[in-house]
Parts: sequence; C-alpha cells; structure tokens
Amino acid sequence: MSLEDIKTEPKIKFLDIYQKNIDDIQNGSPDYINKIREEAIVAFEKLGIPDKKNEDYKYTDLNKEFNNGFKMYLSPKNIQFKVDDIFTCDVPDLNTKVILLLNGWYYDRENLIHELPNGALIGSLQAAAQKYPELVKKHFAKYAKIDKEGLVAMNTAFAKDGVFMYVPKGVVIEKPIQIINILMDDEEGFTQHRNLFVLEENSQASIVVCDHTLSRPNFLTNSVTEVFVGERANLKYSRMQNEHNGSKQVSNLYFQQEKNSTVDTNTITLHGGLIRNNVHVLLNGEFCENNTTGLYLNDKGQHIDNYVFMDHAYPNCLSNQLFKGVLDDFATGAFNGRVLVRKDAQKTQAFQSNNNILLTDDADINTKPQLEIYADDVKCSHGATVGQLDEDALFYLRARGIDKKEAKLLLMYAFAHDVIKTIQVPALQERIQDLVDKRLRGELSRCNSCQMHCC
Amino acid sequence: MEKDQDKILNEVTQSEYKYGFVTDIENETIPKGLNEDVVRIISQKKNEPEFMLEFRLEAFRYWQTLEMPKWGHLNIPEIDYQDIIYYAAPKQKATLDSMDDVDPELKATFDKLGIPLDEQKRLSGVAVDAVMDSVSVKTTFKENLAELGIIFCSFSEAVQEHPDLVKKYMGSVVPYTDNYFAALNSAVFSDGSFCYIPKGVRCPMELSTYFRINAANTGQFERTLIVAEDDSYVSYLEGCTAPQRDENQLHAAIVEIIANKNAEVKYSTVQNWYPGDKDGKGGIYNFVTKRGKCVGENSKISWTQVETGSAITWKYPSCILIGDNSVGEFYSVAVTNNHQQADTGTKMIHIGKNTKSLIVSKGISAGQSQNSYRGLVKVVKNATNARNFSQCDSLLLGDKCGAHTFPYIQVDNKDSVVEHEATTSKIGEDQIFYCNQRGIKTEDAIGLIVNGYAKEVLNKLPMEFAVEAQKLLQISLEGSVG
Repeated sequence: MSLEDIKTEPKIKFLDIYQKNIDDIQNGSPDYINKIREEAIVAFEKLGIPDKKNEDYKYTDLNKEFNNGFKMYLSPKNIQFKVDDIFTCDVPDLNTKVILLLNGWYYDRENLIHELPNGALIGSLQAAAQKYPELVKKHFAKYAKIDKEGLVAMNTAFAKDGVFMYVPKGVVIEKPIQIINILMDDEEGFTQHRNLFVLEENSQASIVVCDHTLSRPNFLTNSVTEVFVGERANLKYSRMQNEHNGSKQVSNLYFQQEKNSTVDTNTITLHGGLIRNNVHVLLNGEFCENNTTGLYLNDKGQHIDNYVFMDHAYPNCLSNQLFKGVLDDFATGAFNGRVLVRKDAQKTQAFQSNNNILLTDDADINTKPQLEIYADDVKCSHGATVGQLDEDALFYLRARGIDKKEAKLLLMYAFAHDVIKTIQVPALQERIQDLVDKRLRGELSRCNSCQMHCC
Repeated sequence: MEKDQDKILNEVTQSEYKYGFVTDIENETIPKGLNEDVVRIISQKKNEPEFMLEFRLEAFRYWQTLEMPKWGHLNIPEIDYQDIIYYAAPKQKATLDSMDDVDPELKATFDKLGIPLDEQKRLSGVAVDAVMDSVSVKTTFKENLAELGIIFCSFSEAVQEHPDLVKKYMGSVVPYTDNYFAALNSAVFSDGSFCYIPKGVRCPMELSTYFRINAANTGQFERTLIVAEDDSYVSYLEGCTAPQRDENQLHAAIVEIIANKNAEVKYSTVQNWYPGDKDGKGGIYNFVTKRGKCVGENSKISWTQVETGSAITWKYPSCILIGDNSVGEFYSVAVTNNHQQADTGTKMIHIGKNTKSLIVSKGISAGQSQNSYRGLVKVVKNATNARNFSQCDSLLLGDKCGAHTFPYIQVDNKDSVVEHEATTSKIGEDQIFYCNQRGIKTEDAIGLIVNGYAKEVLNKLPMEFAVEAQKLLQISLEGSVG
C-alpha cells in the first residue's frame, strides 16, 4: 500500500460503505433527499475528511478518528432501556418537553411526530421529510452547504434521522425543548444524525441539547444541525456535552439568521474524549444579534476544539463570542474563532474573546482568534489570553482563612461563571452552575458512572 | 465635509512616489533565467570560496523541489522565475579607495535619496552600507568602526575576508530549507551587509544599509547577517526604495541576527519600495525572511518596522528566544493604500525560561488595499514563566479596504502568561470634528490622528528615521478618510 492509499483510506472506506449499502441508506427517505445524498457523496469524494493540513483543522487530526471499524447505524437498533430507571433526566424546576435520540435515531418509534395545538411540529426528521415534504425541502441542506465541508457532505450523504422542529409564524413555545442524544450499545458505533430546526417570523423557542454516553464502548459522532431563524424570531440554544473519554464527536451547527433575529448559543463541555464543535453563523439581514459562548473543562487526555465562523453579511449586526476553558492533566484544547465582516456590512459590532487557564505543564492550548474585515465603519475587537489563576486573588482569599484548594476552586468557579451567566434559562443556569461546581471538584469524573444522570 | 475629504483623498493618492526615478548607470547583468549555471556564474563572479558555491547549489536543488506557498491572505500573480535577471551590478572600478572613486552618477543617486555616502557628513553619525541592485556600493565609516573591532562591510567582502565567521553563522538562523524564498535567496543572493560586534563593544553609531533596486527586470536578493557577541550592543537601520516601473519586481531577502549573552540588537526598517501606481500596476513584491536568535542569556532583539511601500509585502520578522531571560520585541506600522497588499506580523518562539516578548502592531489600510496581521506566539513546555503581550490594532480609512488579524497562540506549559488584544475601527469622526472645531484642517487632523495612533511604534525608531517615517506616513495617508 502506498503512502497515498493510507492517507485517503478512511475516505475510500466510507465511499465504499455508501456504494455497498446504498439501498439501506436511501430506504425511508423521499427522493428529493436521496438526490441530495448523491450530490453530497460526490462532494465528499472531492473534499474528504479534513486533515491537519487544512488550516481550520490544524490542531485536530480527524483522519485518525475516522479510520476505525465502527459500525454505522443504518437502521434503528432496538436497544431496550427503561427511560425512567436509568435516566431521570431532571433539571429541577425546569419543565421541558423531552425528545430522545438513541444512537442518532429518534427513540419514540410509536409516536414519530408531535403536532402541537399551536401548529408547531416536533419529531423525527425522517418521518417529517415524508409527511411534510414542502417544509423540509425548503430548508434541508440549505444552510449546511455540502461543497464546503467534507464532514457536512458525509453527514448529508449518510444521515437518516434526527430531530425536526418547526415553529410557525408568531408562535411562542414556552416550554424549553430538551433533546437528549444518548449513545448506548454493547459494541462500538458511529452515528451521524441530522437535525433541522425552523423558526418562522416572530416565533420564539428555547432548545436544550444534551449529549450522553450510557455504555462503555467507544463512539464516534458526526452530526449536523441546521437552524433557520426567521425575521424577528428569537432562539435560545444550549448544549451540554457530557460523554465518556472514549467518545469522539464532531458537531456541525449552522445558523442562518434573518433580519432582527436574535440567537443565544451556549456550549458547556464537561467531558468527552475528543470534541470538535463547528458553529457557523450567517447574519443574513440587518440588526441581527448573536451571542455565542462556550465553556470547556477538560482533563486527562481529552481534546476540545471549538471553531466559530461568524459571517456578518449585512450592516448593523452585533455578534459576541466568549469562550473560556480550564485544562487539566494532559488535556489539549484549541479555539479558532473567525469573524468575517463583508464589504458593505457597515456599523457592524463584533467581539470575540477566548480565555484559558492551564493547570499543568502537560496541558496545552492553541488559540487563533481571527478578524477579517472589509468594511470601514465597524467596531471589532478580539482578545485571547492564556494564563493561570491570579496569584493576588489567591493570596487575598487565603489571607482570609480559605484554604488553598478551596480558594483555587472559587477562582476557577468565578472564571467559569462569565460563561454560565449567559445561559438564558434560569433553571438550567442554576443546574449547570451546580454541575460545573461538581466538575471542578472532580466529583463528576465520568458520565456513565455518575449517579445524577445529569441535565 | 465628505466632499472635502474625497478631494483630499484624491490629491493624496495621486501624489507621486518621489523615489521613482531611474539612474542611468551602466550595469553588468547576466542573462535572464535561473538554472544551476546561473548559480555557478553568480558565485564565480563574486569569486567565492568553495563552501559558498556548495551552499548555493544545495539551496538551489532544494528550491527546485518546492512549490510557491499559497497560504498568505494575498493575491499574488504567477511569478515567472525564468523571466528575472538574478545578477545586476553597477559597473565600477574593482576597488574603491576613496569617495572620489565612486561613480558620480551613483553618488548623485544616493544624494538624491538623501543617503550620506559622503563621509564628510559626520553630523548624521550613521555608518551606511549602500546596496544598489544586487551589489554593495560603498560602506562608510568602516575604518572608524574597525578600530573598535566592529566588522561592518558588504557580504561579499565578509566572504573573502572573514570566511570562518560567515561559514559559522550563515544559515544558522534561517537555513535554506526554511521556506521557498529563503531557498531561492540562498541560491542566488548577490550581496548584502555583514556586521560583527565583538565582545563587550557598544557600537557608537547607528549602522545602516540602504537598498536600492535600479535596473529593470532584475530581482534583488540580498542577505544581511548581524552577529552580536556577549555584552555588545548595536542599532541597525535598513531603508529601501526602487524606481517607478510598470512591471513587478521581486525582492526576496534574508536577514539573520544572532545575539549572544547579554547582547542587544535593535533592527529598524523603513520600507518604502515602489508600491505600484494607483491602479495597482507595477511595484515590488517584498517577500523577506527576517529572523533573530537570542542565543545567550539576557539577550534582546528588537524589530521595528515602518512598512509603507511594496505592492505586496509578505514577511514576519521573528525572534527565537533560546537564552534564559531573553527578550524579543516587535513594533510595526504597516500602511497600505491603493491596491497594495500586506500580510505581515511576527513570530515569537519562547524556548528559554523567563523569556519575554512584546508585540505592538498597527495596521492602517486605505484605498482598496488589504492589510493583514499574522503572528505566532509559541511557548514550549520548558519555557517556564514566559510572558507575552500582543496588541494589534487596525485602522480603516475608506470603505473598500480590508483589515485582517490572524494571531496564533500556542502555549504548552502552565507558568506562562500570554495575552493578545486586537481592535479594528475607523478614524473617529468625533476626533476629526474636534480638530476641525479648533481650526485644524481635515487633512492635518487626519495626519495628527494617524501619527498619534502610530506613535507607540515611531517612538522606537532612531531619531532620524522617526522623522522620515513620520513624513512617509503623511504622504501615504493624509486625508484618506472617504
């Protein structure tokens, strides 16, 4: 085998799987989706899985991760577990509508789509694609473009199910929607799910997504989520990543915001072997606001890579990015934030900040905040810091009788709080505050042994 | 007011590049093109020892295996490396004994540029090594410096007279394998400056190299090597201009600095190559590799650059901080106007303990130019207690230009503190209004504001240069707010 073969092997393997299982893959999807699959596989063949030579993936080698023999879930696997017994998914005082995804498949096979009285729809994407073709067709694969990212192309070609949500014009969904991605199997698995959320004009919703692993084997996830936020719509999107150290995940999140819309996104990463979060935001109208924040607390050999691309295509928009992280043991981290202000996007305000604390000499961080600005009347800034806890503050606390360990915890906690306070759902904020506290104390050492079954 | 500003903008952008004249000097050139023979001819013409030819040939063979890099935020037209003359020297007598032997035409050129070749002009107190096209023309104050043991001469002279030093240090900071243009330069470089400051000597005057491209169709490839021994100090200046031509010319130089224990080297550049006309025609491609190595403890290298010229600037003056407690500094003002492009910044590699670096970069873009800051701060595991602070600001004048920031920060240990800050904004209308109100014309107000903005960097320049740089900024920018 020549060097070239080894390099392209994972790509060829997936192309091969696609060709061999084409019937299974296309089964259950309407023609218009299968047509996009065909285009996507061609794009994937061209783009491949990004390697370290790709500037955006400089610090995360994905080829290694995708070069495994993990089984793909081409149809839902019947795994029995009593939801209530092992998963008391409980956020005190937070009344949510819970949706379960098991290994990338919509769990409740009896009731694939919920039609709410106000016209909103929540359910399986596969089922929705057949039942509401017009609605899905209008938005599917429109925001996550297959010709840019190899992994998006791959997901588009393979993904069969995920969550679909539709909020019609003017509808406000009071209860947060909670989507729980569960990975559970007795063998290693590779899931690729696909979510599509559509918020029409003047609508409002709040989504909480939690990622969990509930069994030992290693997992790999490559997910794509597309979100359309219509004019004057408002979306709060919170993510909790809590998977065990043998799980690898790439998540691709695409937002398209129309005029006057507002989106708040938080990503709280508590655990995960390798996590790569891609967030792409297109501000496709004037007066949009986007707040994207993230907190990562990593230890052992974990690797976290946050990538944000903020595209200011129209004038008068505001964007804020705040990413903070604490890296312990030999954890590695990367942040790559890119703000693009297009030619006529005057009066843009874009801010970006990444702060890191390294607790050991073996931990390392690579950060790359970038500004690309083609308009003159803008206010943009970015900042990045890598450092330690403030010695003076530590001394101050210790001088007041707080022991060193506790003082350090307090300071880390305060450091993390900047991100936590951006979570807009109060009950969730409180819960995450509690989790982060436990995480920093080391009481939350592994998700699947955690008795709280969090979130 | 808008109209006024437009008018001023027009006046300014149409102002002539005052160094754009061509001197009519007989040149000795070799035919266009690049191959092993050309490399051999250059080496032969310079009467070089065997090790130099070997070095050149190795570099050339390596260069042939490379492809031109494309990662810069730049739009570079295809360069035909066979369409360049790699050696052009002003014809002159073999040796120069005194100022009278210098070609009067040549002398006039440098007089016109305001470069004191004449040793009578002691007032200026600057020792100059003038490099025209590819060859060092005249080094002044050489004897005075020699008394202190300082070697300041052209590179070819150093090769002849101090081959051991050249052999020891050449390529030790920028090896020919470093990058595409470093390999090219190592193969075909024709001359440059060499400077050696012996142990314990504080160089009493500023040393300066003045680069001038004169002949058409040539590329300029020079090499500067500065070695500062223990406890020494030197301040080094570099200036450059080129005639106005319609075609693009390539300038690919290498600057290497070695600072030993307790040594300090200050390197200042005022880069004013011909930037092309207002439609983006012509201009110099300035692809330079500049790097300093703080080898000894407590050593310090400081780069200061004012970049106003060149059609395309692509360079990252860097510091490798090996010695414990060593310090690297980088101060830069990069101005782009019309169709100029710049992708410039620095790299600070922290290897020794308690190393410190400071980066202050001020980008100013006007017209339809693109100005990028790209920088790397890397702290390796053993570089405990390293400290870096970076400040990269961009000022936008006009709605068709772009300003970009691409910082890379890599930290591998827990005791280091690295901070990066960047802002991008336009000139404050309120600031201009404030000046106007006090009877200061818009044009002057902008000059004031821009100079204030760049002050932090200009302050780091030696006095003479600071004045020139300030004037340059005025010329390149005044009134560019649209």
